[in-house]
Amino acid sequence: MTALLPRRGLAQILALIVILAVDRVVSPQFFDLRLQDGRLFGSLIDVLNRGTPVALLSLGMVLVIATRGIDLSVGAVMAICGAIAASLADSHGLPVVLAAALGAGLVCGLWNGFLVAVLGMQPIVATLILMVAGRGIAQLITEGRIVTFSSPDLVWLGNGSVLGLPVPVVIALGMLILTGAVVRGSALGLLIEATGGNARASELAGVGTRAMILAVYVWCGVCAALAGVIAAADIMGADANNAGLWLELDAILAVVIGGTSLFGGRFSLVLAVLGALIIQTMNTGILLSGYPPEFNLLVKAVVVLAVLLLQSPKLSGFAGVMARLRGTKP
Amino acid sequence: MGNGLDPASPLLEVRGISKSFGAVRALQDVDFTLRAGEIHALLGENGAGKSTLIKVVTGVFPRDAGIVRLGGEDVAPRSAKAALSAGIATVYQEVNLLPNLSVAQNLFLDRQPMRFGIVREGEMRRRAKALLADFGLDIDVAAPLGDYSVAIQHVTAIARAVDLSARVLILDEPTASLDRHEVEILFRIMRQLAKRGIGIVFVSHFLDQVYEISDRITVLRNGRLVGEREIASLPRIELIRMMLGRELAETTSARAAASERPPREVCASFENYGKASYVAPFNLELRHGEVVGLAGLLGSGRTETARLVFGAERADRGQAKVEGAAVRLQSPRDGVRHGFGYCPEERKTDGIVAELTVRENIVLALQAKRGLHRPLSRREQDEIGRRYIRMLDIRPPDPERPVGLLSGGNQQKVLLARWLATSPRLLVLDEPTRGIDVGAHAEIIRLIRELCDDGLSLLVISSELDEIVTYSDRVVVLRDRAHVEELAGEAIDVGNILAAIAADSVAVALEAHT
Repeated sequence: MTALLPRRGLAQILALIVILAVDRVVSPQFFDLRLQDGRLFGSLIDVLNRGTPVALLSLGMVLVIATRGIDLSVGAVMAICGAIAASLADSHGLPVVLAAALGAGLVCGLWNGFLVAVLGMQPIVATLILMVAGRGIAQLITEGRIVTFSSPDLVWLGNGSVLGLPVPVVIALGMLILTGAVVRGSALGLLIEATGGNARASELAGVGTRAMILAVYVWCGVCAALAGVIAAADIMGADANNAGLWLELDAILAVVIGGTSLFGGRFSLVLAVLGALIIQTMNTGILLSGYPPEFNLLVKAVVVLAVLLLQSPKLSGFAGVMARLRGTKP
Repeated sequence: MGNGLDPASPLLEVRGISKSFGAVRALQDVDFTLRAGEIHALLGENGAGKSTLIKVVTGVFPRDAGIVRLGGEDVAPRSAKAALSAGIATVYQEVNLLPNLSVAQNLFLDRQPMRFGIVREGEMRRRAKALLADFGLDIDVAAPLGDYSVAIQHVTAIARAVDLSARVLILDEPTASLDRHEVEILFRIMRQLAKRGIGIVFVSHFLDQVYEISDRITVLRNGRLVGEREIASLPRIELIRMMLGRELAETTSARAAASERPPREVCASFENYGKASYVAPFNLELRHGEVVGLAGLLGSGRTETARLVFGAERADRGQAKVEGAAVRLQSPRDGVRHGFGYCPEERKTDGIVAELTVRENIVLALQAKRGLHRPLSRREQDEIGRRYIRMLDIRPPDPERPVGLLSGGNQQKVLLARWLATSPRLLVLDEPTRGIDVGAHAEIIRLIRELCDDGLSLLVISSELDEIVTYSDRVVVLRDRAHVEELAGEAIDVGNILAAIAADSVAVALEAHT
């Protein structure tokens, strides 16, 4: 049976193609690209640009979920780090601003990792603490106001372009490559998958499972910090109440759409990012179609269901249909 | 078992059962006959079709061909529940009850005594107590089932099945996680039920137990029926031949060769090593090229000793030395770093990472030992995977197969390979042959001897004393979480081990079975 099932990633690619096709129907200019002032414009670029925060979050989230954990605090961490970046932007240089924001994300990740790996708390509860408290911390930093800034360096981070592509997209791509290089270039990937697959057995095989778990939460915090800085740079201000709100759920969704099981084990960075793009392609499509944004949530639910059904091993009937389709059109 | 029932009319009659999964023919034209009041052992290697036969009879799998008659009437249950109401009950190795509910609630689940829509707790407890008293069990039925030992959970599951008017009781590996005393209790209950006319199907890997309890046996091999015999007229070697389809040399003859090698240098030593309320302090010396067996009843401190030696548990007193140098063993990582390896008893929960491939499982410990920064390249991993698959004859020989899909014996070999890949100096094996079919069993024992000849030091736990006697150079006997005796050379035999284990009351019960 398994041989007949779609290969890894096929379901996600199919879903993306279908959604892109639907987008093309609702908005005939969807695939149009134009170059203006050395920068590409168009709906596709928009999808990439808007999808950046969730894509960054999903890079950290997929590793956390691979260890059988979850991080609900990433939205709040975005708000904290965005607030820090915005507060420092006009008084300090970009390196300082970035270091402060990313450092804060790292500390947040350490905190989560400490609770889960050292104190042995359940990840969903442990990260719920920072999810609630984090937004409060962000509001304390901004003193309840929306902090705006005009630092051209930070604004460039959210709105500039490199080689025709928006800077956030380039950053996300860079982070994907960096994470991939670290995780798959070292033994980290195997050891994370082993830890998520069977922590007890991995521990007995000599794997430092605590260090693995700590590391993934730290990385998740750093990714969230970067997403927070980009979100703040994009609107040239930090809104502690709304920055990153509910994005933890989109990130989890992206990971799940990317085929990584919430029970841990096997994971794919690329497919998680693809999951984030699927979500954003839907969002953009609905915006372009002119339907009220409330539809967004419903449509999202339907598409998620469809992708998960495509991945379900129980759906052998559908797999059979797929196999026949592929058989007739070699 | 003597009973007054007519042996001519079978209680359960299975004729010409076939079942395929895709291209795999799991059962081919299998017959099976169970008489009322008999204990009938169903035997075969892993993959012989025992589980499939049980699942077809109980309706878990639909059958492709054949008939099942219960008391002369055709039955075709569509589910385990339907089979139960027809009178065929199955109790699996992992008890399918609810550990968080009380014993009484488990017994009367789905059929609690009610009055005005309210469960009559008192009535239920009283009936539960009476029911269990029939089985010679006097326990607090209001306590959660999970608080009790696996043996009591088994008895509860059996009591529930029997009370649901089962006429056929299928016990799938019921003794695998029971100690000797608990097996006794279970066997007494089985005999009692057989006297009442219930037909019992007993699936087990333990041939001793099969001989002890069964009236007749049916042997399956590769999905076909090999034969049905009266146990009284079947020599053990003949039974093994039926199961394996080949001659198997009696294992006990290898003993003499083992003790004649010269003593080698000490690999690891433990002085006054122990942990409060875990294992009493012990002295243990492990030499290169030597097998030390740990014998004792379940719960005597065998596994605890193994975990302390490996570093999975921290000692709170004593000194460990590796090659003469003092070391601290605080975690499995320390053990691995000093060249130790540990194959735990619970392969599924503590050993394999089921989702990962055979290759990944094999390289896991070596990779952990090398550290993050020195990843094994894919080519090195492939090479290591292939080498050990060939060396240990792991089947199927596919390095990319998820290890969870392999049989128990092959999973055990993967775990051995995992440690051998780290070139260890000491391997600790906890029940390396448990739950493994006869063929793989002999192979694992042969491997243990070979590894030892290569200079490895081995510490092996086994409940099968014949086995321990076969390969050990020394045997440490444990009782009540303390090391009580060390046997070497000529002194190693089953009788001496039993005498040491059973310095008091248990002796009588044990002697009866050897």
